[in-house]
Amino acid sequence: MAAPLKKPKRKNPVLRTRAPMLPPAPRSRISLGLTSGAARGVFELQVCRDCGAVQYPPREACKECLSDRLDWTPHSGRGELVAHTTLRHAMENYFRERLPWRLGIVKLDNDGPHEAPSLIVHVHGDCAEPPARVRIRAMLDRSGQAVLLALPEKDTPHMSDDPQMRELTCDPKFRKVFVTDGKGPVGQAVVKAMIAAGSDLVWVGEAAPWKKIPGFEEIAALPEVTMVDLDVTNPDSVKRCAGQIGPKVDILVNTAEQHRAYTVGGRYGTENARAEMEINYFGLLRLAQEFGPVMMSRGADTETNAVAWVNILSIFALANKPDQSTFSASKAAAHSLAQAMRAGMHRSGVRVINLYPGPLDVEWNQELRPPKVTPAALARAIVGALQGGAEDVYPGDVAKDWYERWRRDPKVLERELAHGE
Amino acid sequence: MTQPITRSASRRAPYDGIVVTTPVSIPYVRFSTRGAHWWIGRALAALVRDSGLSKDRFDGVCATSMSLAPDTAVGIVQHHGLTPRWLDFIPMGGVTGVVAMRRAARAVQAGDADIVACVAGDTNHIDSFRQGLENFSQFGKDAVYPVGTGGPNASFAFLTDYYMRTYGARREDFGKMCVAQRENALAYPHALFKAPLTLEQYMTARPIAEPVHLFDCVMPCAGAEAYLVMREDEARGLGLSFGRILGTIERHNAFPDDPVQYRGGWAMDGGELYGMAGVSPDDIDFFETYDDYPVINMLQFEDLGFCAKGEAPDFVRSHTMTTGGSFPINTSGGQLSVGQAGGAGGFLGTVEAIRQVTGQALGRPVPDAKIGLVGGFGMISYDRGVCSAAAILAAGD
Repeated sequence: MAAPLKKPKRKNPVLRTRAPMLPPAPRSRISLGLTSGAARGVFELQVCRDCGAVQYPPREACKECLSDRLDWTPHSGRGELVAHTTLRHAMENYFRERLPWRLGIVKLDNDGPHEAPSLIVHVHGDCAEPPARVRIRAMLDRSGQAVLLALPEKDTPHMSDDPQMRELTCDPKFRKVFVTDGKGPVGQAVVKAMIAAGSDLVWVGEAAPWKKIPGFEEIAALPEVTMVDLDVTNPDSVKRCAGQIGPKVDILVNTAEQHRAYTVGGRYGTENARAEMEINYFGLLRLAQEFGPVMMSRGADTETNAVAWVNILSIFALANKPDQSTFSASKAAAHSLAQAMRAGMHRSGVRVINLYPGPLDVEWNQELRPPKVTPAALARAIVGALQGGAEDVYPGDVAKDWYERWRRDPKVLERELAHGE
Repeated sequence: MTQPITRSASRRAPYDGIVVTTPVSIPYVRFSTRGAHWWIGRALAALVRDSGLSKDRFDGVCATSMSLAPDTAVGIVQHHGLTPRWLDFIPMGGVTGVVAMRRAARAVQAGDADIVACVAGDTNHIDSFRQGLENFSQFGKDAVYPVGTGGPNASFAFLTDYYMRTYGARREDFGKMCVAQRENALAYPHALFKAPLTLEQYMTARPIAEPVHLFDCVMPCAGAEAYLVMREDEARGLGLSFGRILGTIERHNAFPDDPVQYRGGWAMDGGELYGMAGVSPDDIDFFETYDDYPVINMLQFEDLGFCAKGEAPDFVRSHTMTTGGSFPINTSGGQLSVGQAGGAGGFLGTVEAIRQVTGQALGRPVPDAKIGLVGGFGMISYDRGVCSAAAILAAGD
C-alpha cells in the first residue's frame, strides 16, 4: 500500500530550486493518437476495422491483415502484469532524479479474434508481484505525452500518493491553489472543492471588495482561504498580485469571467463584447504573462511543485452559439490562447487544463433549457482532471453532445446551430 | 549433454567450396574520440594486412554499424576507396556476424562477388549510447524510451524476471556464466575487463534494473571486427587458414504473440540448422552465444537443442563453461567481458569462432576445437529481440 503523503515541510528558501527536467517527448505522428485519448482521460488503442486485431505500439498498418483502417477505440485496460523491474539507473535526467522507478510488461486480456498485445508500462507501487491482475490507464506525463500506467485491479488507500502516480497527475493534495475570482458561484464552488481535495492553502482573488455576494462570507472565513486583491482587467493589479503570491502558486484556476447573452444584432455597439474580451481573453493573457513564467520556474520544485493552470472555457469556444455570440467569441479567443500557453508551459512540466463546459446553471443562462452544469459539478470536473490526468474536459451533457458532433463534422454543427438546434 | 533435436529435411543448398578467413579485431576502448569510419577503416586495413590482398580485391562488402549515421555501406565504400560490385548494409545489431556470413557466402557461391569483406565497426563517444537509444526505433521512441527504460537494461530485466519466475533460474546461475566468461576473457588480449570476477562479487554487485545487476550488463564501447568470405581455392592460393560454413539460420520476429520473450527464432529453425550442417548438438565443441545479458545464453542453450525449454538453469549447474570446461562458451570472454562495440558486438562471436576453428585463438584455444556454434540475437525494437540467427562453423582441414 502506498504510504500516505505527509504534509511537506516549508521549503528552505536558501536552497536552489530544482530546474524542471522532462521525460522524453518525441513521438511518431501515428502514436499521438494515444496522447489524444489520454488528453481526454481515455485509454484508446488502435483496433483494426477489418480483422479486429488490437495494436500496440501504434502502427500504420494492421500487424495481422495489413489493413490501414485502424481506429482509435476505447479499451478496458484489463490485463495481467507478467514481468516487472525496478530501475535503479536511468539514462535520462528526469528519471535519474526520481529513482527508483517501477516498470512492467502487461499482457492485455484477449477480447478479440487475435492475441492482444503486451504493453510496456509504468507500474503503480500497489500492484502485486507478477503475475498480477491490473488495469491500464493512459496518462499524460510531464511532457504532455501519453504514457501507460498499470494500477492495481481495485483502488487501494492513499493510491494517488504513490510517487510515480503523482508525477502523472496534478493532485491538489498539499498544493497551494490560486482561484482568480472567488466571488461568483463557480469560484466559490472551486474553492470548496480544492479544500476538500486536500489543498491546504487557497488564495482567492477579489475584484470588487464592496460587492456583497451570497455565500462569499462563508468562503472567506474558511481557515485555508486567504483573500487577495485582483482585477484581471487592470495590468497593475495583476502584476501586484503576482508579486505577492506568484512564486508560491502550484495550481492556478482562472474563474474570472464576463458573460452576457446577446445575438450579433441584439445589442448595438461593442461595449459588451469589449468587456467580455477584457476579462475572458485579455485577462487570461495578463495572468499568463505575470504568473506563467514564475510557475514554469517551479515545475519540479519539491513534491509540491507548480503543476497546473486551469482555464474554464466553454463548449461555445469550439462552435459559436449565436444567441451568446460575443461570449462565444471571447471564449474562442481564450481557447486559442490556451493552446499557445500549452506550447510554452509544457517545457516546464506545468499542465494547462482546459474545461469546455456546456451552459452553466448561472444567471446569464437563465433562458436556456436544461441540462445545465451546476457550479459544484464543474468544480468536481476540475478536481477530477487534476487528480486523473486529463487536460481537455467537457463537463455536462451538452458539452459532450457538442464535442462529439464537432469531432464528426464542425460544419454540420455550425449549420445546425445556425438553425437553432 | 543434449536433447534430441528433429532434423528437418532441408532443401537448402550447402555452402560447398565457400570459406571464412582472416578474422580481425581492432582493440576496444570504452570511449573513442574517433568517428565510426576510423574504426571501420582500421578493420579494413587489418583485413588487407592479414590476407595479403590489396583492398581493390574486395569486390564485395557487407557492413554494419550503429554509429555511422547518416552514412551507410555506401558511405563506407567512398570513404575508404573501395569499388565493389556487391554491397550490403545490415543494420541488425546482434545477428550481423552470422547474417553477413550467410549473405556473403551466397554472393560468392553465385559468382556475384569473389571476395567479400564483412566488417562491423562502431565508435562510442560520451552520450552516444543514450542518443542511440533515443532514436533506436519508432516503437522504441513511441513506447519504450519515454517510460524511462532507456535501453536494454530494463528490457532484459523483464525477460530475466519472467524467465526466473517461470523456470526457476537463480542469480547464481547467471553469475556462473559471467564468472566463466570473465575467466576466458583474462586470456584474451582485447577484453576491456581485465580483472578476475568472483561469484561473490557478481552476487553483491549493485542493482541496475532488478533482477539485472551490474555484471549482467554489457559495457558499451568502441571497436571493430571483420573477416573475409571467399572460395576455398582462393584461400588456399593465398595460404590463408579457413573455416567452413556447415549451416546457418536467420529468423525475424519469431513468436510475436508470446507475452514476454522466452524463446527466440532459434526455436523455429534449430532443426534446420543442424539438418543442414549434418551434425547434432552433441558434436558442438564450443558455443559463442550472443550474450549481452546472461539470460539470453539460457534461451540459446534451450532453443538450439542442448536442453529442453526451462532446463537451462540445470544445464548451467551441471557444466563448466570456460575454454577448458565441459561446455565452453564465449571463449574470448563474450560481450559481457570484452565489451559491446555497437554493431561489432554482433560480429564478436563469429570472429572468435573463426579463430577457434582455424587454430588462431588470441586467448586460450578450446582443446581440439573442430565444430563451433555461433548465436546471434538483436534489436530490441520494442519489447523483445526481433532478430535471431545462428551458424555452425567447422575447421577447414
